[in-house]
Amino acid sequence: MIKAILVFNNHGKPRLIKFFQYYSEETQQNIIRETFQLVSKRDDSVCNFLEGGSLIGGSDFKLIYRHYATLYFVFCVDSSESELGILDLIQVFVETLDKCFENVCELDLIFHVDKVQYILSEIVMGGMVLETNMNEIVTQIEAQNKLEKQEAGISAAPSRAVSAVKNMNLPQQIKDIKLPDLPSIRNLQF
Amino acid sequence: MPTPIRLRDLIRQIRAARTAADERAVVQKQCAYIRTTFREEDNTFRCRNVAKLLYIHMLGYPAHFGQLECLKLIASPRFTDKRIGYLGAMLLLDERTDVHLLITNSLKNDMNHQTQFVVGLSLCTLGSICSPEMSRDLAGEVEKLLKSSNAYIKKKAALCACHIIRKVPELMEIFIPATRSLLTEKNHGVLMTAVVLITIMCELSPDTLAHFKKLVPNLVRILKNLIMAGYSPEHDVSGVSDPFLQVKILRLLRILGRHDSEASESMNDILAQVATNTETSKNVGNAILYETVLTIMDIKSESGLRVLAVNILGRFLLNTDKNIRYVALNTLLRTVHADTQAVQRHRSTIVECLKDPDVSIRRRAMELCFVLINGSNVRTMMKEFIVFLEKAEPEFKPACASKMFYAAEKHSPSRRWHLDTMMKVLTTAGNYVQSDVVANLVHLISSATDLHAYMVKQLFKAINQDISQQPLVQVTLTWIEQPSCRDSANSGVDL
Repeated sequence: MIKAILVFNNHGKPRLIKFFQYYSEETQQNIIRETFQLVSKRDDSVCNFLEGGSLIGGSDFKLIYRHYATLYFVFCVDSSESELGILDLIQVFVETLDKCFENVCELDLIFHVDKVQYILSEIVMGGMVLETNMNEIVTQIEAQNKLEKQEAGISAAPSRAVSAVKNMNLPQQIKDIKLPDLPSIRNLQF
Repeated sequence: MPTPIRLRDLIRQIRAARTAADERAVVQKQCAYIRTTFREEDNTFRCRNVAKLLYIHMLGYPAHFGQLECLKLIASPRFTDKRIGYLGAMLLLDERTDVHLLITNSLKNDMNHQTQFVVGLSLCTLGSICSPEMSRDLAGEVEKLLKSSNAYIKKKAALCACHIIRKVPELMEIFIPATRSLLTEKNHGVLMTAVVLITIMCELSPDTLAHFKKLVPNLVRILKNLIMAGYSPEHDVSGVSDPFLQVKILRLLRILGRHDSEASESMNDILAQVATNTETSKNVGNAILYETVLTIMDIKSESGLRVLAVNILGRFLLNTDKNIRYVALNTLLRTVHADTQAVQRHRSTIVECLKDPDVSIRRRAMELCFVLINGSNVRTMMKEFIVFLEKAEPEFKPACASKMFYAAEKHSPSRRWHLDTMMKVLTTAGNYVQSDVVANLVHLISSATDLHAYMVKQLFKAINQDISQQPLVQVTLTWIEQPSCRDSANSGVDL
């Protein structure tokens, strides 16, 4: 079972956190800090498995992580998961993000953290692997996004309507109206 | 009340903060706005505010005042609201709060919704935060969904059932009949979740384990189809067809075949096939091989198969990928007691791993080498260990020194060699030698009366070189105090 999934950058700022077991907010932040300290010390040439820290760990836990450019993807698992399998799963997750966001980078994760959470829930549910076929995952996510967009329409974006009205500068627009030229009286033929 | 800002504007504001104090100020201001908007019971912007709250929560600020709002979002008929509401529920609620009981009704309604995604959301949330009471209330609904014709819903229902069973094992019986038929599915997602569900059932209850033993031929057949099927683009990962499913099936076979010779018998062929046919150039192939080896070692497999497994591990040890080496050493450590002979063949490779740059690999190699020491290889092994001890990190030294002492005691070919080796350990490990080793060493020296003269010379030389090593000095002084030493002195040994 996967106990937690953490994504943070090279300075330890959390970009995505999902705990599948209850921890108080303070404990969660401590766990993130501790995991960052353990993982950032590792050189790129050593193996990607670590015994878990004292807060989330215990004897049955290990941290399996992958470092991509500026982000660390860390899965904290117990002994029922295959270590090499989880490495592949992290790869599937990142490739799915890449497909959904077109050349994903850290900024995408920062500004669309809710979308990333939705993608993650299609892959891992309740700490267990749900689906690993990338195309299937992407299809489901796109269908759900379409559903949201359909609901949005005009009614669900009142802010857009409100701000459109606020931005309408009526006096200026009246001044800018281009009236068609009236024919001059001189040219009128009776 | 101005329009609440959007999530991305909030994120921009927080990122623009230069110091932690600035960030706290921005967050507090926004939280105040959000709280006010919640009090105003405004439906239109609720989902945006909850999204902002979840972001703030991720950064570590308290967000419990948003819990009720998530409930309101879940009850809304719109998909957008439900999506963020359920996400908020998963992140902010847990079974300790009373609030979660209120969503049971919404969950029940949403499980019967026409849109599959809404059903999916409710199953996902139930699977993440269910409590025993919720599990009891909703188990019936989940079981109904397990029999649905929609593969998307089925696989989520299967994983949700896993959680319910974990929370309330008595509910397992409800799910057993539906589970058997899941294995006949073609959809790999459903197959994989079904295998996981059966695995958990078997782990929790030995009766169910016996019941599912009949499924071994089905599982073998599925595995066979996966390997023989040839190229299937939708499940292919680097040339291997659905490795995740293969790994899960292998794990289930391991649990079913443990302690059962008949079941193990029927698996021998397929395990041999997987072990020989899997492509090992990429990580996926190695992941499958790793799982196969673990299964072979755990069940009552025939000896030829075990030798094959150990050889695969030996090959892993030579792999350039450090993850594979780590995993191989780990497995060898777990299985060496069962099959010491086979592992001995790879001793030289394991000894090489003592010099690996990665500390986790070195630690495992050290433990494994200690198990492999026997009478015939003790001299060479000890030499390697002394070299290892010289370069080891401080956290290794005490354990290593103690273990070397016990190993030397068990297997030493001669007293003199024994004492020489222990001297080397003392001087190399220096202050990291533990007190029980010191005591045992004193006892050892005292009993080796014929070598007292020799020992005196050695100890004196060592102390002369470096008097700061406390254990060394301790040993010397304690021994000199002993009556046996005084006797030797009286009998003419030149102290």
